[in-house]
Amino acid sequence: MSKEKLNIPDYNTLFTEERYVQQRENKKQFEAPCSDQEKAEALAYSKSAEYMEKNFDRKAVVINPHKACQPLGSVMAALGFEKTLPFVHGSQGCNSYFRSHLSRHFKEPTPAVSSSMTEDAAVFGGMSNMIDGLQNAVALYKPEMVAVCTTCMAEVIGDDLTAFIGNARQKGAIAEDFPVTYANTPSFIGSHVTGYDAMIKSILNQLFDRSGLTAAPGTGEEGEKLNVLLGFEPYTGNFAEIRKILNAFDTKYTILGDHSGNYDSPATGEYEYYYGGTKLADVPKAANALGSLVLQKYTLKKTQEYISGTWKQQVSSLSTPLGVKATDKLLAAISELTGLPVPASLTEERGRVVDAYADSHPYLHGKRVALAGDPDLLLGLIGFCLEVGMEPVHILCSNGDVEFDGKKWKLEVEELLASSPYGSEATVYVGKDLWHLRSLLLNDPVDLAIGSSHVKFAAKDAGVPLVRVGFPIFDRHHMHRNPIIGYQGALNLLTLIVNIVLDQLDNNESGFGDLVR
Amino acid sequence: MGLDIEANKKLVEDILEAYPDKAKKDRKKHFQINTEETKESCSCSLKSNIKSRPGVMTPRGCSYAGSKGVVWGPIKDMVHISHGPVGCGQYSWGTRRNYANGTLGIDNFTAMQITSDFQETDIVFGGDKKLEIICREIKEMFPLAKGISVQSECPVGLIGDDIEAVSKKMAKELEMPVVPVRCEGFRGVSQSLGHHIANDAIRDFVMGKADLAETGPYDVNIIGDYNIGGDAWASRILLEEMGLRVIAQWSGDGTLNELEIAHKAKMNLIHCHRSMNYMVDHMEKAYGIPWMEYNFFGPSKTYESLRAIAAKFDATIQENCEKVIAKYKPQMDAIIGKYRPRLEGKKVMLLIGGLRSRHTIGAYEDLGMEIVATGYEFAHKDDYERTFPDMKVGSIIMDDPTAYELEELAQKLNIDLMGSGVKEKYVYHKMGIPFRQMHSWDYSGPYHGFDGFKIFAKDMDMTVNNPIWSLIDKKEKVQPEGASV
Repeated sequence: MSKEKLNIPDYNTLFTEERYVQQRENKKQFEAPCSDQEKAEALAYSKSAEYMEKNFDRKAVVINPHKACQPLGSVMAALGFEKTLPFVHGSQGCNSYFRSHLSRHFKEPTPAVSSSMTEDAAVFGGMSNMIDGLQNAVALYKPEMVAVCTTCMAEVIGDDLTAFIGNARQKGAIAEDFPVTYANTPSFIGSHVTGYDAMIKSILNQLFDRSGLTAAPGTGEEGEKLNVLLGFEPYTGNFAEIRKILNAFDTKYTILGDHSGNYDSPATGEYEYYYGGTKLADVPKAANALGSLVLQKYTLKKTQEYISGTWKQQVSSLSTPLGVKATDKLLAAISELTGLPVPASLTEERGRVVDAYADSHPYLHGKRVALAGDPDLLLGLIGFCLEVGMEPVHILCSNGDVEFDGKKWKLEVEELLASSPYGSEATVYVGKDLWHLRSLLLNDPVDLAIGSSHVKFAAKDAGVPLVRVGFPIFDRHHMHRNPIIGYQGALNLLTLIVNIVLDQLDNNESGFGDLVR
Repeated sequence: MGLDIEANKKLVEDILEAYPDKAKKDRKKHFQINTEETKESCSCSLKSNIKSRPGVMTPRGCSYAGSKGVVWGPIKDMVHISHGPVGCGQYSWGTRRNYANGTLGIDNFTAMQITSDFQETDIVFGGDKKLEIICREIKEMFPLAKGISVQSECPVGLIGDDIEAVSKKMAKELEMPVVPVRCEGFRGVSQSLGHHIANDAIRDFVMGKADLAETGPYDVNIIGDYNIGGDAWASRILLEEMGLRVIAQWSGDGTLNELEIAHKAKMNLIHCHRSMNYMVDHMEKAYGIPWMEYNFFGPSKTYESLRAIAAKFDATIQENCEKVIAKYKPQMDAIIGKYRPRLEGKKVMLLIGGLRSRHTIGAYEDLGMEIVATGYEFAHKDDYERTFPDMKVGSIIMDDPTAYELEELAQKLNIDLMGSGVKEKYVYHKMGIPFRQMHSWDYSGPYHGFDGFKIFAKDMDMTVNNPIWSLIDKKEKVQPEGASV
């Protein structure tokens, strides 16, 4: 290391230097800015109850929504299967956006291609784009399956995926027996979670139909296995945790849609495009499993209907199992489906987590929290808060719309809240955005906000610390590697939250030098 | 050790063998190896600004990304509606780190996502009525907003909404500019058309609409700087120190008023020629404002550019220019003195959107690094003509290369640093190749100007020389026969 000191200020420091402050002031003469008084008034107004009322009255504009669009979820779903290349049919910008968005969350590559439709395809349809696209994609990236989803462009012009893929086979662009699954995922319906569901359902359905197998739950070799579906899962660590739990039970299982390999692959000096994923051959066989365990029941609505309808399987559905009680339910569900007892190792682990809860409870008890996220995650988070004595106050779900069975979800949330005295302060906001949350945080303050990176603007304006949980988390590293489900996940969540509370205490300490916690 | 023209030609040909015939024929036209002749004559046979092949991993985005993400989005005191379904706005939210002074949600709306969140009913019945309500609600929610832009997403154009009529009506009603921008993602072949469309909208709806109280002989505009990590600020400080008066900054940290008074400048200084050449051309024709390109990446190019700019003005400015250079040169020499020995001879490959694939060459060379291959996502012929003279003979110049091509080249050229975007980044981490994001400076910056170069140099050293790369058990590199890069 060089001993000479060179002063290289980072952007935070650089732009606070006097010459930059001067520059900023000088620039104002050309900006025609509002006066300082106007700005102060507008800021105060934006924090007022009157503003909040108007904010909640708006009918059309959406400001900082906590949701993304369907095909993003489909891309994630496709990457849960072995050597499967996501193919986005429509204009290419969407695919670039999905790839960056997912890569920014996982800090991992997202292989996906697009049919690159432009004006001529808008007029004549995207068939030739799809035929050429499939041929190029298969030649270049050598997938064993292609999973096609649509953008709003392809949906608005009404491209027929079944016909196009059929024609691609006829023209020899892809082999007759090469699996191409597809799902219609217009961006003007639902959100990323609905898109995830649509693609998972299509993959199960289409691979099963192709196989010629008949569904006979609980028969043959597969009959001892359990199917497990995690849903739109932003935590790769959750896959490892569910495996740990299932292995402890000593049950056999198939995870349907496992993108943890693709989103947590090793740096080896070589990049391979495809890592891990559910084996394609295991998908149709899953129809003979003894039952299916679903860990995001609102996300996987259509998939569950398919499994229980066509595969005639017993489906046990939960929302993201966060906290001790939800994990208890998870273990009970596995026990019931498999007939196996809850293993002692997990019961012991439970005890250790409860012990940790006991150690931390003084810092969490009565803490008022705001929560924002996807429907199943929120149910999990509410359960966690209630069992450690935290009080959910504002619960906000941008993507709890009608397509998503919003009513049913809201009722379940309210029932859960009513089950505990700590839930009495809470209000649930379905279909609202993070600008609504800002008003809520400013007018009815809380101690903590829990949600994705996008929540940070509202939290910052209100001076509330943000615990980053959910999707997307862009501005912190490796959060997704640590599980938040299961007993281990409960401990991780507890650790994350209590230490943010303790940081707050230390930051605000008045100089007594407290070393006792 | 030179760059072998024939070997690199063969290398490219070998890589393209993986494609089906039709795609191979097309992709071949997008590569050129720099020769003495092309370097001199800038003659370019390379195809650009044409459609990407379907089914390949193109690095390109769309028109909407070019308009909202690059040109309009950074205008801080206007609200930019992502008009259509929720996704486009969500994915472009805060991605380009266009810094802006002001209070978010009060007088600065850059790092926000404001969308009409189209539902199925909007597709069926059209979104025009909704757009009217949205404009009124924006005025109510953001009373200090100076204007609105309507950034069209794909469905808006396909269902035939008349956003022009709505915008006109609402501009009158709300007494502020409401600008329709027809930047639907399916238009054109990349972000590039979006830049053009966005610029046309600036020309048609805001240009020349305000007056500047007092003009002076040294009034200039900064055009085509998006203030990534504060780049435009690090540039502006030098121009002002030299005695010029920057009256408008387009569009990073820019305001509506700056767009409206820019026609009063005496000179347009353009950094990103690709995204805003349309504007300087128009302003030259309409207002007689001369323009010149400059490059503030790396001290050599910055000295050169500062002098070229000063040469357009009088002796006072020229003297000031030399003073500015004299003031910063020791700092720059110290930076080079420290970092050059650590970076000398390192081989770099670049794939960036528009100008940076050539603009940053000088900055790398100041650090002793060598660009062996460079390419653009969405450049046009003129960009390539500007690139050949700056590149070494034997180096590879490429247009819209696919992920596959880049990965092959990176391995075979045995590069020490890759500069591209977040879609590419983590691939190179797997391969054990140091990587910097050159669209958004990896949450760092600024890189422009003298203050920026310090950070640039530090970042490149950090990336190339970090010990973690030695932990990756990289396979032996296969050098193609005869290749000497």
